[in-house]
Amino acid sequence: MAISRRQLLATAAYCAAGTVAARARMISGALPWHPDAGTPPHPVRPGPWQFFTADEARAIEALADRIIPPDPKTPGGKESGCAVYLDRQLAGPYGRAEGDYDMGPFMPGLPNQGRQSKNGPAQQYRDWLAALDTYCLAHHGNKHFAELSDADKDAVLHALDEGKAKLEGVDGKKFVAQAVKDIQMGFFADPIYGGNRDMAGWKLIGFPGTRYNYLDWIDRHNERFPLPPVSLEGRAEWTTKAG
Amino acid sequence: MATKLPKKDVVIIGLGWTGSILAHELTDEGLDVIAIERGPWRDAATDYPPNYAQDELRYRIRHELFLRPDQTTFTFRNKMNQTALPIRSWGAFMPPNGVGGGGVHWNAETWRFLPTDFVLRTHLTERYGAGFLPQDMTIQDWGVTYDDLEPHYDQFEYLCGTCGNAGNLKGQIQQGGNPFEGPRSRPYPNPAQKQGFGHTLWAKAAAELGYKPFPQPSGNMSRPYVNPLGVRQGPCTYCGYCEWFGCGNYSKASPQTTVLPVLVRKSNFSFRDNSEVTRIETDRSGKRATGVTFVDTSGNEWEQPADLVILSAYAMFNVQLLLLSKIGEPYDPAANKGVIGRNFTHQTMSSVNGFFDKTKFNFNPFIASGAIGMCIDEFNGDNFDHGPLGFVGGGYLGQVQTNGRPIETSPVPKGTPKWGAEWKKNVADYYLSNLKGGSIHASMYSYRDVYLDLDPAYTDRFGRPLMRMTIDFHDNELKAAQYLTDKYAEIVKAMGAKIVEKEPRKGPYDVTKYQTTHLNGGAIMGADPKTSALNRYLQSWDVPNLFVMGASAFPQNAGYNPTGTVGALAFWAAKAIREQYLKKPGPLVDA
Amino acid sequence: MHKWPTIAVTTALIGAGFAVYPVARSIARDSDAQDFAQIEKGRRLATLADCSACHTQKDGGKPFAGGRPIETPFGKVLAPNITPDRETGIGNWSDEDFENAVRRGIDDEGNRLYPAMPYIYYTKMSRDDVKAIRAYLATVPAVHHEVHANQLPFPFSIRWTMNAWDWLFFTAGEFKPDKTKSPEWNRGAFLVNGPGHCGACHTPKNFLGGDKTDQAFQGYAIQGWFAPNITGDKTRGAGAMSIPDVVALLKSGHNAVTGVAGPMAEEVADSSSHFTDADLKAIATYLQTVSAGDAKPPAPVAQDDPQMKSGQAIYRDTCSACHGIDGNGVPSLFPSLVKAPQVRAADPTSNIRVVLRGARSAATGAEPTAPAMPSFGWQLKDDQIAAVLTYIRNSWGDAAAAVSADDVRKQRKDLADSDD
Repeated sequence: MAISRRQLLATAAYCAAGTVAARARMISGALPWHPDAGTPPHPVRPGPWQFFTADEARAIEALADRIIPPDPKTPGGKESGCAVYLDRQLAGPYGRAEGDYDMGPFMPGLPNQGRQSKNGPAQQYRDWLAALDTYCLAHHGNKHFAELSDADKDAVLHALDEGKAKLEGVDGKKFVAQAVKDIQMGFFADPIYGGNRDMAGWKLIGFPGTRYNYLDWIDRHNERFPLPPVSLEGRAEWTTKAG
Repeated sequence: MATKLPKKDVVIIGLGWTGSILAHELTDEGLDVIAIERGPWRDAATDYPPNYAQDELRYRIRHELFLRPDQTTFTFRNKMNQTALPIRSWGAFMPPNGVGGGGVHWNAETWRFLPTDFVLRTHLTERYGAGFLPQDMTIQDWGVTYDDLEPHYDQFEYLCGTCGNAGNLKGQIQQGGNPFEGPRSRPYPNPAQKQGFGHTLWAKAAAELGYKPFPQPSGNMSRPYVNPLGVRQGPCTYCGYCEWFGCGNYSKASPQTTVLPVLVRKSNFSFRDNSEVTRIETDRSGKRATGVTFVDTSGNEWEQPADLVILSAYAMFNVQLLLLSKIGEPYDPAANKGVIGRNFTHQTMSSVNGFFDKTKFNFNPFIASGAIGMCIDEFNGDNFDHGPLGFVGGGYLGQVQTNGRPIETSPVPKGTPKWGAEWKKNVADYYLSNLKGGSIHASMYSYRDVYLDLDPAYTDRFGRPLMRMTIDFHDNELKAAQYLTDKYAEIVKAMGAKIVEKEPRKGPYDVTKYQTTHLNGGAIMGADPKTSALNRYLQSWDVPNLFVMGASAFPQNAGYNPTGTVGALAFWAAKAIREQYLKKPGPLVDA
Repeated sequence: MHKWPTIAVTTALIGAGFAVYPVARSIARDSDAQDFAQIEKGRRLATLADCSACHTQKDGGKPFAGGRPIETPFGKVLAPNITPDRETGIGNWSDEDFENAVRRGIDDEGNRLYPAMPYIYYTKMSRDDVKAIRAYLATVPAVHHEVHANQLPFPFSIRWTMNAWDWLFFTAGEFKPDKTKSPEWNRGAFLVNGPGHCGACHTPKNFLGGDKTDQAFQGYAIQGWFAPNITGDKTRGAGAMSIPDVVALLKSGHNAVTGVAGPMAEEVADSSSHFTDADLKAIATYLQTVSAGDAKPPAPVAQDDPQMKSGQAIYRDTCSACHGIDGNGVPSLFPSLVKAPQVRAADPTSNIRVVLRGARSAATGAEPTAPAMPSFGWQLKDDQIAAVLTYIRNSWGDAAAAVSADDVRKQRKDLADSDD
């Protein structure tokens, strides 16, 4: 069947949107290369929230500390930067569900048919956090989630997760499941993404990070691997100490 | 209106494993070959160097190397009486995109199918009687035998530098290999990879239970290797960032590390990246392909005329392009007629997790490769008596843990709180002492009501219908899954696990849960044009100057990863084209 | 972009010498258009002399049609069009004109050429050699391509001081064999000092751009790389590798301990990968005998030096992915940092450059893999690159001068302005 010019131009717009790295080219004779070839990652830099409002950020930080509570030995979710991680993710392509198929019609499906809603994660979190806020103000003495005691915060989350409490207009159970997933992801992703600060998550479990050569260890069975973790930005020992 | 380009001898749709193999073979024959690849050029130097390839969030979670559904996707439903909805973001499988295709980010598990797999219907009927098979099971013989393909398995393995222990050399069973495999003419080109503690301990427990464990055949190099084309790979360093990722140090077999450096230097070869083929053009008779139409990133339409068309775009896109180009009769499950879209299969995956005492077991899961692992094949294919069991098929059982990537592989036992202090404690306690890589890699046989066709409602950005998957598990596969999972769990228990968690595959087929990207069928090979799209040489019955590579040719899936067989079939077809077709273009098999 | 040695030149445009001659003028020629043997000899010599390295534009330029920029510290020179085109090429030149240019550095109007044209080496070829090259060039497709070769600013555009330069640094004359040495050695000496013009990059230059002949082939920084020591030095030069390894490197771009990248990768692909095995062995044999000079490696940097400690951490965490935990690399794939002689060159320019920018190694028919070094410039800071290079250069039983963060900073800045 013929493809209309308008549809072809839609392709051009799609490709220009950034998922396609280079224009179509004819390649022959040699393997492509140019200096500084590649797309190295862009580390998240500390700074103002890019997605969350101040209130939302407070709620997420509080959530992060319930999902991964601080203890004397290891930092919690907030100090590890998990809220920063999620903020930057929601502000970026993940939040926009970039790359997903977003043509209609949008119809509700069975759970095993996957997400069918129009909303990407960014909009979902806006809706969820608004509903959580409404719920806490209504059921917990006009307090926001972040202002509740730790025990009360946990109670809210468990109640939502078990379906014993409901959020208005959104699926509270799904919210808890996704927030847990995202915060834990921030805890274990490379620190360049804003979470897992100082590789706290990796140190907790004993993951050595971005190392690439274990040829001298593959035969050493049942021994503790001794080297400290390293991330894409390196580790403290990479810096030459003065004097 | 498409702009016509100068004619080439051959146009190849998709520059992955089979596209690269066909391009290499046909340029050696002196033909002028162009390949057209939907995705971008990529290799270690320009896209996945070992100083940022090891980024779990970017590549394992956000899937940066893969196709985006907004470029192409499918719709899905379990049963014919349901409405299919679009797969808006990938889950059950992850289609490749770009030069090298899935060969860039696969595990490199490189298996051969069993001799009986190729004559499945004949064999099972002989052994168990026709009544033993479910009425709606549509398994077929392939039209080729293991013996036909053996030299080409060998070709693919030597191209890749596959690492393993031979189990059957010319009929003699060898210690340390797979005693069930078909006879091979010579050993693997490289010795097996080294194994980690978990893999080794599992194999020990399996041996003590009477099984014959062997190392998984691996396309991650156990030592430096130079293949017959002169292309070199380095030794795999067990980095634990293999599948989903590009290999940063030239030690995983891929088109980039085995063929492309030689191919690109040939003056009779060129390729276009970021160019999507939208249609295979045929003449008015519909019996002859005249070339392809493709679209570049500026939205320009081009026509590439050619005398010979090789469709090597990955199983699903092969079928989609045939349907959209109106080549071959589309399958109608109600009437049980037609061939394009029939015998669509996936893989039946189950797993077992083991949790061990951290004071006694340290598995260092992060030290691994994509195809590391120890396996047993006692429960694959028809290697065991199915008579008393009430199902057919099976799969290998393997302790094949490939990574300790913390987002993906930090399990806690069932019943542990999913967050909070308890979660934190458990995830730390079990990270080094869990065995998550327990893989039951079982077959999925084909059924009348599991198929592909064009969706009536949803379209791609060109306005073309999406392809629709109708797929669900049948009792046969679910029974097999439970049986195999139970067997696997016995081994994990024998290892000394504190907690053994069985996860046998359960229905319905769920498009949100990843189950390998081993999608097969839809353009199957066979002896009868009424029930197959391709003859035994992968030549289209309908359009003799069109050959269709890939796992779309599998009449049903076996209990193994498909790429070894995909590679062997590509070499087999290339030989037929070079020695028979080019001398006398036309159908190679009488219909 | 080629960068050629410092030259103090004052000449008119080389291109200006390509005036249009009356069509009727007869061209005095000894090169015989019918003599295939001579044309074939000329083609081989043109490969040995690697004419296309300068006279063919990179990325799709027509062969020998000129226009390729050659950098000098005083500005750019563009290599002229040497196809047989009568208006913009050398189609109107006589054989004598051609020989004067190639062997004496004088164009067809009597003007001096810049030594960007390596006539100081080509002079070693014989008259017959050069006639043969001319015969070959007369058979390549004529390309109409106007090249204004001299892009140098005033006062370097004034020619007459080239007379002085030539008097200081140019000894005309054919190669004279050393009768005390083998024919193979002499062949190697001819190739290296004549058409191969290896010294153009590998011999240090003085401030006027002339060769420091007493340090012949001991290495020189050019085009953002350090063309390494290729003398017989047993740790820092070609002498550190066996003759078969030197042959393999020139023929395929790779050998058991190292591989070539950058301008040398281009040289191998265009030129030495096409040499006969006998010629390659002759070159390798000759180089082993070239005097190593008396520079001694420095004392190693102490193991507990802060740079060594941070360098070791960086090495283990990143470089070892390819170069191995013990620095041994993989033969013909990843250079051995233990054995590759250029790693411990006194001048660390190449080392810094490949770490900052990455590099794709040579691809040849014999070795098509062409593995690439990734760029670390985005990931490692200046002091980190300095530390890891210092560590590498002072590990595994050998030593070389430490690299400083300032060295790296300066080179990072220089590279930012260049596009290759």
